[in-house]
Amino acid sequence: MERHRALNAFITVDPEFSLNQARAADEMLKNGGSRPLTGIPIAHKDIFCTKGVLTTCGSKILSNFVPPYDATLIKRCYEEGMVTLGKTNMDEFAMGSSNETSYFGPVRNPWDQVRVPGGSSGGSAAAVTARLCAAATGTDTGGSIRQPAALCGITGLKPTYGRVSRYGMVAFASSLDQGGVLTQSAEDAALLLNVIAGFDPMDSTSVEEPVPDYGSELKDDIDGLKIGLPKQYFGEGLSQEVGVLVRDALRVLENHGAFLIDIDLPNSELCVPCYYVIAPSEASSNLSRFDGVRYGYRSEDYEDLVDMYMRTRAEGFGDEVKRRIMIGTYALSAGYYDAYYLKAQKLRRLITQDFERAFELCDVIAGPTTPTAAFEIGAKTADPISMYLNDIYTISVNLSGLPALSVPAGFTGDLPAGLQLIGPYFSESRLLNIGHRFQMDTEWHRRIPGGFE
Amino acid sequence: MAWETVIGLEVHVQLSTNSKIFSGASTSYGAKPNTQACEVDIALPGVLPVMNKEAARKAVKFGLSVESEINQRSVFARKNYFYPDLPKGYQISQYELPIVVGGHLTIDTGSGEKRIGITRAHLEEDAGKSLHEDFHGMTGIDLNRAGTPLLEIVSEPDMRSPAEAIAYLRKLHTLVRYLEICDGNMQEGSFRCDANVSVRPQGETELGTRTELKNINSFKFIEKAIEFEVERQIDLIEDGGTVVQETRLYDPSRNETRPMRTKEDAHDYRYFPDPDLPPMELDDQFIDSARQQLPELPDTKRHRFMEQHGLGPADAYQLTSDKATADFFEAVLEQTRGDAKTVANWVNSELAGYLNEANMVIESARIDPGMLAELIDRIEDGTISGKIAKDVFRSMWNGEGTADELIETKALRQITDSGELEKVVDDVLSRSREQIEQYRGGQTKVLGYFVGQVMKATQGKANPQQVNELLKQKLESGD
Repeated sequence: MERHRALNAFITVDPEFSLNQARAADEMLKNGGSRPLTGIPIAHKDIFCTKGVLTTCGSKILSNFVPPYDATLIKRCYEEGMVTLGKTNMDEFAMGSSNETSYFGPVRNPWDQVRVPGGSSGGSAAAVTARLCAAATGTDTGGSIRQPAALCGITGLKPTYGRVSRYGMVAFASSLDQGGVLTQSAEDAALLLNVIAGFDPMDSTSVEEPVPDYGSELKDDIDGLKIGLPKQYFGEGLSQEVGVLVRDALRVLENHGAFLIDIDLPNSELCVPCYYVIAPSEASSNLSRFDGVRYGYRSEDYEDLVDMYMRTRAEGFGDEVKRRIMIGTYALSAGYYDAYYLKAQKLRRLITQDFERAFELCDVIAGPTTPTAAFEIGAKTADPISMYLNDIYTISVNLSGLPALSVPAGFTGDLPAGLQLIGPYFSESRLLNIGHRFQMDTEWHRRIPGGFE
Repeated sequence: MAWETVIGLEVHVQLSTNSKIFSGASTSYGAKPNTQACEVDIALPGVLPVMNKEAARKAVKFGLSVESEINQRSVFARKNYFYPDLPKGYQISQYELPIVVGGHLTIDTGSGEKRIGITRAHLEEDAGKSLHEDFHGMTGIDLNRAGTPLLEIVSEPDMRSPAEAIAYLRKLHTLVRYLEICDGNMQEGSFRCDANVSVRPQGETELGTRTELKNINSFKFIEKAIEFEVERQIDLIEDGGTVVQETRLYDPSRNETRPMRTKEDAHDYRYFPDPDLPPMELDDQFIDSARQQLPELPDTKRHRFMEQHGLGPADAYQLTSDKATADFFEAVLEQTRGDAKTVANWVNSELAGYLNEANMVIESARIDPGMLAELIDRIEDGTISGKIAKDVFRSMWNGEGTADELIETKALRQITDSGELEKVVDDVLSRSREQIEQYRGGQTKVLGYFVGQVMKATQGKANPQQVNELLKQKLESGD
C-alpha cells in the first residue's frame, strides 16, 4: 500500500487498527469461531462511519470528523472478522464520476495513471484493481460503484435499494444511495454481499426481505435466459470501441444458451435531468447539518452566526458540492417545486414503469456500464454536463431502485470497459450467477495492471 | 367603528412518550445539557430516523377524541432552515398529509357553548434549546429536547375574543391530559401556544391581515398578549395605518408585543417528503386499539356528573377540568355517606384552595379520598361540626393523622349532651345582662353574640343547632 501511494486510493490508513483486527481474526480462525470471510482484507469507502477512525466523505468539512459510532455495514464486516485496511478516497460527498472532486486529491487509474478511476467510489475501485485489498465497499447513487468498477476492470455490485442498510453511511441522496461492493469477481461479490445484506431496524428504508445465500446459485445454468438489450443503451453517445466489447461479451452469454431480445426503455433520455433534480434536492437538505456548530470544520474567522454558517460552508465545501446544493435549493424553492421536484418525481415513476414493462419481456437487461473507457484527469472538470453524461446508463437503475452488476467486458487498448447487467428487485443472486458464468469463460477480470501483479 | 377580533391558535403539545420520536433517547425533562441526545438527535453524519409508533398512537387518540379524520397514510416532510438548535438543518414534520385532519372542540363562552373547528394536527420533532445566559457572549446549545415528539394542533380562526381563546386552550389542555398524551406542564414547555390575531370591521366577511404571536407559555400571558395585539391593530388602522403580516413576540415584563420577523424575511422552508421515512401506514387495528384506550372524555364526564350526581354546571365543570380531580371526587363519594354536593364542596373549595396555595396537583396531596370520606362522615354523624371539620382538614393536610385519630387525640368530639350545653349557656347568660336586655328590646341580632360566647367556651365543640335552640328558648322564656 505504501508503495502505491501515488494512486491516492486511501484517505486514511491506520496500521495499528488493522493489525488489531488481523490479530482478532487470527483468534477467530484459531478458536473455530471463524466465518467465511474472516481475515479477508477489505477497504471501506470513506463515506461509512467508523468508530474512532477518521471519516471524511472526501470533504474538507469533515476533514477532522472521527465518528463515535459504526455504520451498520461496518459493524457487519467487523463481526465477520474482516480486516480493515483503510478508508478509501472518493468524490466529495460522493458527488462526481471521476474522483476529482475529493478534497484529498484525485485518485489515479492503475491502468493508466493519467486517467481517472471513475467515481465516486474511485479509491475503492483503484485499491481493488491494484490488488491493495481483496475487496472494497462502495456506495452507488447514480453509478458510483458500477462506473468506477467498469473503468478499472473489476466487478461492482449495486444491490436493490433497501437491501443494504444505509445507517452510518453519510447521506448524499437518501432515496438513491445504496451501499454495495467492488471486488475481483462476481463470486467474491456474492460472498461479500452475504456479509453486508439484510434488514436493519435503524434504517426505515431497509427491507425486511429474507437474505438468500448469494453464493449458492452462482454456477446455475443460464440456458434460456432472456436478456433484454435496450436500444437506447446502444445508440448515440456510446463509443464504438465499448459497443464492440459489449456485443462480444453478450455473445459469450449467448453461447451459454441465453437469448438476446431488443427492448425499449422510452424514457431513458429523461434519466439525467430527472436525476439532477432529485439528487441535488435531497443533497441540499442532507448537507444542511454541516454547519460548523457541532462537529467538522468551522471557519476560524467570523462575525456572527450567519457569517459563521456562510464562511464555514463556503470554505468547507468544494465547487461541485456547492453547485449541487444550489441546484437542489433552487428546485425545492417555493414557486419552483412543482416545475422541478414534483415533475422529476413523475418522471421517476415513468422511468420505473419502463423497467417494469421490460421485465415482462426479459429476465435481465444488459448493456454497457459507461459510454467510454476512462478519460484523462482534468478532461471533463470544466464541463459538468459532459461529466454527468458518463452516468447515462447507470442512473436509471438508482431512480428505480433496481440491482445492477458491472463486470469487466474486455479492453480497448489498455483500458477496460464494463458490461452492465440490470435485474428486477432482489434479483442479486441471478445477476451474480450470470456474472459468474461469464467470468468462468473470460479472463478479463483476472487481468492486473502492470506493476501491481 | 365596531371591530371584530379573529383568533386562530396553533398549539404545540409535547407527547409524553418515553423515547424520542425518531430515536431511542429518553425524553425526560431537566437532565444535564446534552446528556439525553444520542447520535441521531445530534444529527451525526449517516444517522437515520425511525418513527416511534407510540407518538402516532397518541396523535390518533387525540384525533379520535375531537372527531377528526385519521389519515391512515400520512407523510413526513422536511422543513429546511438553519438554526443552531436544529441539528439536521431541517425539522422532520408533516406537511401535505398530516396524521389528523378536521375535528372540533366545544368551548363554554359564558353565554353558551361554541364549537371551534380544528383544521389539522400533525406530528413533528421538537428542536433543542439555545441558552443565551452564562456563556460570556456565546450561546450554549442543549439538544436534550431535540427530537421530542410534538403534536401541532391547528385551529380554525373561529375565536372572537381573548376569553374564547383561553377557553379553547383550557379545554384543549384538559383534553390532552385526560388522554394522557401530554403532561400539560406549561412551565416546562410541554404545552405551547402561538396565536394568529387579526381584526376586521364588524360585519366584514373577509379576514384582516394577521400577526402571529409566538410561544407564550401561560394562559394569563396569552390573554394579555392577544388583548394588547388587538388594541394595537385597531389603533393602527384607526390612525390610518395598515397591519403588516409578521411574527411578533410578547414581552410579559412590558406587556407589549414587538416584531420578530416580517413576511419579507420569512423563511422559504423548502418542504419536501423526507426520503428517509416511508409514508406512515396505520391499519384499522391500530386505530381501533387507540379508540379502545380512550378514557371517558371531559364533556361526557361533566354531563354525567350533572345527571348522575345532581351537581350544578359550575361544580361539574370544576371537578371534571382535571381527570385526577374527577377520579378523586368519585372515589370520595363512593366511600362516604355524605351527598355529592357536600363532597363537591370539599373538593372544589377546601382541597382546591390548599392545592392552589401549595401549587400542588391532587395526585401529590397527603389527603387521599378515603381520608376525606371519613372526615365528611364525621360531620354527617354529628361527631364534629363543619367548622371543626375545617380545622381537622388542616391537620390532615399537614400530615398529623386521619380524622378519627385527630378527633380522638385533640378531643374534638362535638358536645351534644343537652345538660352539659345548658350549663354553658346559663353561664354565658349570667355574664351578659346588657345583651339580654338588648335582645329582649328587639335587637335579635345579638343572638350571634351569645352563640359566639358559647362556642368560645366550648372551643367550638358545641353543636351549633342545639345551642341556637337553647338560647332562643331561654331568652324568650324571660327568666
